Amino acid sequence: MKAIIRQRVEDKLYQNRYLVDPCRPHISVRKHVFPSPNLLALTQVCPAKCYQLNDRGQVTIVTDGCLECGTCWVLCGATGEISWKYPRGGFGVLFKFG
Amino acid sequence: MRNEKFDAIVVGAGMSGNAAAYAMAVRGLKVLQLERGEYPGSKNVQGAILYADALEEIIPNFREDAPLERHLIEQRFWIMDSMSHTGIHYRSDDFNQRRPNRYTIIRAQFDKWFSARVREAGCTVLCETMATKLIKDSNGSVKGVYTDRTGESILADVVVLAEGVNGFLGTRGHLRETPKPDSVALAVKEMHFLPEDVIAERFGLTAGEGCVIEAGGTISRGIPGLGFLYTNKESISIGIGCLVSGLAATMEKPYDILDAFKHHPSIRPLIAGSEVKEYAAHLIPEGGFRAIPQLFGNGWVVVGDAAQLNNAAHREGSNLAMTSGYLAGRAIADVKDHGRSMVKANLSLYKSMLYESFVIKDLMKHKDMPRFLHANCQSFFVHYPKLMSQAAQSFVRVDGTSKLEKEKATSAAFFKARSGWGLISDTVRLARAWR
Ligand SMILES: Cc1cc2nc3c(=O)[nH]c(=O)nc-3n(C[C@H](O)[C@H](O)[C@H](O)COP(=O)(O)OP(=O)(O)OC[C@H]3O[C@@H](n4cnc5c(N)ncnc54)[C@H](O)[C@@H]3O)c2cc1C
Ligand code: SF4
Repeated sequence: MKAIIRQRVEDKLYQNRYLVDPCRPHISVRKHVFPSPNLLALTQVCPAKCYQLNDRGQVTIVTDGCLECGTCWVLCGATGEISWKYPRGGFGVLFKFG
Repeated sequence: MRNEKFDAIVVGAGMSGNAAAYAMAVRGLKVLQLERGEYPGSKNVQGAILYADALEEIIPNFREDAPLERHLIEQRFWIMDSMSHTGIHYRSDDFNQRRPNRYTIIRAQFDKWFSARVREAGCTVLCETMATKLIKDSNGSVKGVYTDRTGESILADVVVLAEGVNGFLGTRGHLRETPKPDSVALAVKEMHFLPEDVIAERFGLTAGEGCVIEAGGTISRGIPGLGFLYTNKESISIGIGCLVSGLAATMEKPYDILDAFKHHPSIRPLIAGSEVKEYAAHLIPEGGFRAIPQLFGNGWVVVGDAAQLNNAAHREGSNLAMTSGYLAGRAIADVKDHGRSMVKANLSLYKSMLYESFVIKDLMKHKDMPRFLHANCQSFFVHYPKLMSQAAQSFVRVDGTSKLEKEKATSAAFFKARSGWGLISDTVRLARAWR
């Protein structure tokens, strides 16, 4: 019996189908000096690991693997720390099974 | 399309949107449905159990060609700690009836099928098209939507918001609030593929039969949450949902929690050797009755997850979505048949139909559950599961200790972890919330 292999998130996302809209990220992080607790939490909580902490302690985003779940919008949308929308119609993640 | 006017626009081709569009199209209304995905289902994630009753009401002969995986004959409820599970299994041959009550499905395939029925009924379906903004007149009445196809505007007498849990159109159009971190759970899910006969053997099933596991306990690390494992024909859906506010407070990574669940000694052998073909994430509305927003207004109604119509206590959502969409569609067709306009007073028919149905009755019954579980998450997701495991182990293990001594030790452990009053009040409050 083959064991279950522990996978990195990057490898998990590799299984998925995406149609990336080049140069049109659908989420962006507003300029900030210090991240709020919720913004900081996104570096852990985002299921696609889109949010990272840079060496100056600020939160940055790369949206390529985004699963469009909306978690970051629920946590940081209201405070204006991020701007959020879905990718254009037809773009983004395309679930084969869902 | 620019100068065409529709009787109704349905935003979204998920469970609720398809039901609404179908209900109106079969009644002869001119309906346009917009879906942002490449095809209906390409953006949707579910466990997924389909409750036949809700669909049968809409499409009675759905069993003839709907893509169904397995009909469920066994349900397991597990309470887990890190090493063990204590469980109730309910299995009955009664579920092998001619028209089974519950099936597993794969959403991407199911939504495509449902959408084909909607098209056959006469609805115009536009995929790869996102509704970007509501069009309102000076009185705030909804008149149509803008889309991201060259910013086109499309007009209709009524807009059905079936846009799912995030519901941007309605929240940005100030019809309701953005979901709060403590009223939505983030679910992460994987699809594990295994040969059909291996699945059958591991779960003790014969062809067509299915088994599901719902699991709670220390696996969600003190965050209100649940794990699930559903058998499909040739795959197993496995996932875990945790309250977003809990994840943010503890900074736990959802994929780490899922990985730990997959590696739990009770789960690991069930999925061993499988090939993972997809990793998905989605929110689930958990706010219950108290989180339901205004359901209708001048020129609009809201259905399904966008209206928080989801019964987290019973793991039901798609059936509430279908039923609410179907009732909204029928209400709109009734208003139209009477030659009335789509103003708030007339659209209130939708709300009265919904309140007559199981949807609101069930949500009202459990209205205190979300608050209760959130307030007592350490007890229910850490202490009790551990104690349950210890008690079961002590009961089962034969080690020369007398039964009386074991019982005393078990109850002492319960009282120590949660004072006597705490235990009693948890029980009473749980019973009350469940009532
Ligand atoms: C992991 C998980 C497991 C679940 N398990 C179960 C289960 O076993 N049984 C059950 O009954 N329920 C389950 N649910 C709940 C169930 O999936 C939902 O309640 C149900 O899908 C809600 O249907 P809906 O039509 O309201 O929303 P959705 O199915 O989410 O559909 C919304 C649709 O709108 C589209 N859309 C959104 N915005 C726009 C826009 N602006 N323009 C155009 N299109 C747009 C989306 O692409 C999508 O197709 C589960 C949910 C999750 C996440
Ligand atoms: S929508 Fe979900 S997956 Fe995408 S960036 Fe936000 S949290 Fe991550």
